[in-house]
Amino acid sequence: MRTISALRIAAALAVMLVGVPRAVAAQPAPAAAAEVEIDQFAFVPQRITVKAGTTVTWINDDDTPHTVASSSKLFKSKALDTKDKFSFTFTTPGTYAYFCSLHPHMTGVVVVEAVTGADATQ
Amino acid sequence: MTSDQGEERGVSRRKILECMTWAGTGVLWTVVGGMPRSLGIMGEAAAAGASGLTFLQISDSHVGFDKPANPNALGTLEEAISKINALTVRPSFIIHTGDITHLSKPSEFDDADRIISQARLDVHYVPGEHDVLDEDVKLYRNRYGRGSKGAGWYSFDADGVHFIGLVNVVDLKAGGLGNLGNEQLEWLEDDLNGCAASTPIVVFAHIPLWSVYPTWGWGTEDAARALDYLKRFGSVTVLNGHIHQIMQKVEGNVTFHTAMSTAFPQPAPGAAPSPGPMKVPDDKLRSVLGITDVTFKRGQQRLAIIDQPLQR
Repeated sequence: MRTISALRIAAALAVMLVGVPRAVAAQPAPAAAAEVEIDQFAFVPQRITVKAGTTVTWINDDDTPHTVASSSKLFKSKALDTKDKFSFTFTTPGTYAYFCSLHPHMTGVVVVEAVTGADATQ
Repeated sequence: MTSDQGEERGVSRRKILECMTWAGTGVLWTVVGGMPRSLGIMGEAAAAGASGLTFLQISDSHVGFDKPANPNALGTLEEAISKINALTVRPSFIIHTGDITHLSKPSEFDDADRIISQARLDVHYVPGEHDVLDEDVKLYRNRYGRGSKGAGWYSFDADGVHFIGLVNVVDLKAGGLGNLGNEQLEWLEDDLNGCAASTPIVVFAHIPLWSVYPTWGWGTEDAARALDYLKRFGSVTVLNGHIHQIMQKVEGNVTFHTAMSTAFPQPAPGAAPSPGPMKVPDDKLRSVLGITDVTFKRGQQRLAIIDQPLQR
């Protein structure tokens, strides 16, 4: 499952814009989510862009344990065995580099964009 | 096949490597006059062992691993220990070059100890990255770290050979390779200051100290500094694991050698999308797992190294 989070979010927004009655749309939007697979010693996708407030979940599909460690030490998972998951919610816009602390040649980036006025009101 | 002429040794080594590639159990190291060599055949090992120091290397036992590449890694470790117990020349001790466990679980360390202790030999360990999954490396150090510095590095002497166990699996940097770090390198420089240049040196660490394949992280970022401290010595042997296959390189007075795993093989560099566990047909598995036997003989330049598969 190589879902690209941006597409997911776009789809969710489209539903909200087009198909959701006003009364429901007025309620708080469900928390945005995105997924990154760890597959064949790589983070897939290697770079994702999400809106602030998005929870990113990493899932290890390898037969080898990996970790998800922020290069700035903002977050670090425990060792993830096969099918283990780790989630982190990005609240502040910015570029977040991370790597596997066991296999440091594995690197990834999460780009967090500010939620615009349009995002918030719609 | 004599073991005191360089040319013949080279030939026999290549033969050995072929055998090892297809066979694969462990490496028997013989320190012969300063340089460790892998011994290719049991007869040669027995001959070398008669008047030298013989020790054994095992690596990457990954106790706890149960995936398709080997559903019973504990079982194949036990087979490796049986193989050690059946050696004609009894080694003086064992070095384990890391990844004792798969997930650093106390139960995995317990199982590994229970099996490895059946060899009834001293074991000198260094950790692999799988042994230090707890943040502060307590699980490994509480068991194996007695008398060591930092994350577990140390040295000792045996029969005139200086052995140095290094740790290159902690505090790894994003985008980088294995890492020794400044503190350990300073200790190494200091440790070597006490040794005459004629002292045969054996360095062992988990991740290769030479650049095997950086794309897969198979190398050590700051190994050049360590090798610089070692260059004045006439005989240096570097024994590593991590890549689950035999590789050897000779550079000047330094012989680099990596051992097979006792758990599962990994692909040759670049031969697969990733370095993960490689599934081979069940009847081939024991031909790519093994032990390494090394013999040192005074008056000879190289240690004799024999890699032996669990099953040929």
